[in-house]
Amino acid sequence: MADVKKFMYVNRKAPYGTIYALESLEVVLIGAAFDQDVSLAFVDDGVYQLTKDQDTTGVGIKNFSKTYSALGDYEVSKIYVDQESLDERGLTLDDLQHLVWEDEDDDWAEKDSIRVLSRAEMADLFEEQDVVLSF
Amino acid sequence: MDQDENAMKFALLINEGPYQHQAIDSAYHFAKAALDKGHEIFRVFFYHDGVNNATNMAVPPQDDRNITQQWSELAKAHDLDLVVCIAAAQRRGILDENEAERQGKSCANLADGFRISGLGQLIEAGIIADRLITFGD
Repeated sequence: MADVKKFMYVNRKAPYGTIYALESLEVVLIGAAFDQDVSLAFVDDGVYQLTKDQDTTGVGIKNFSKTYSALGDYEVSKIYVDQESLDERGLTLDDLQHLVWEDEDDDWAEKDSIRVLSRAEMADLFEEQDVVLSF
Repeated sequence: MDQDENAMKFALLINEGPYQHQAIDSAYHFAKAALDKGHEIFRVFFYHDGVNNATNMAVPPQDDRNITQQWSELAKAHDLDLVVCIAAAQRRGILDENEAERQGKSCANLADGFRISGLGQLIEAGIIADRLITFGD
């Protein structure tokens, strides 16, 4: 399988109301082993998945939010967040976890994984993809 | 209906369960239409509540379609690869003989024509197929 395809995982749902967010993350982690060109997009209520200080005690569901900080170790370093989705929900980048990856080609320098894109930029990014998995 | 150079290789991802949601019906009609036109269905992957389409324990009313049976028959007729995600299936109680025994459950309920495997099968389908099509919300 010499072909490298551009895979994008689109995360659209809040982290706990449904299981889509958790099971999407499971696909991303398994998919990381396939050496494809992977991006994650967080749009609509999906932006809530990345918020920091999540506490699920009240709903009695497993808090899986720390798993996002492991994505860098899986060489998943391109995480795109939709600016308008943040704005619509009164969120800013500061409300999100600080996700980083280590750049092997730059003496393992620690770099930010999250990039905030306008909706128009996000649309352009979608256009470039070979496989879009929308959860 | 010969395979020609315009024939495509499709993979389908089913994310919703039976009867509650039309996703599986749309996927079924798509698969049949694609096969009729000489295209290939490389794999159908069942994820999220989509794994519930693979239970052989459902008893829908006789005047309605039997979704699981439709897929079992389509798989038999066209040698389809129907793959149910093991992690999603275990959460929701869809087990083949091996898993039922391993987990100490009293019975297996995976319908004919389906097999249980890992998420890697979905990624591989995305790599190999010309188009991966998602059915769900």
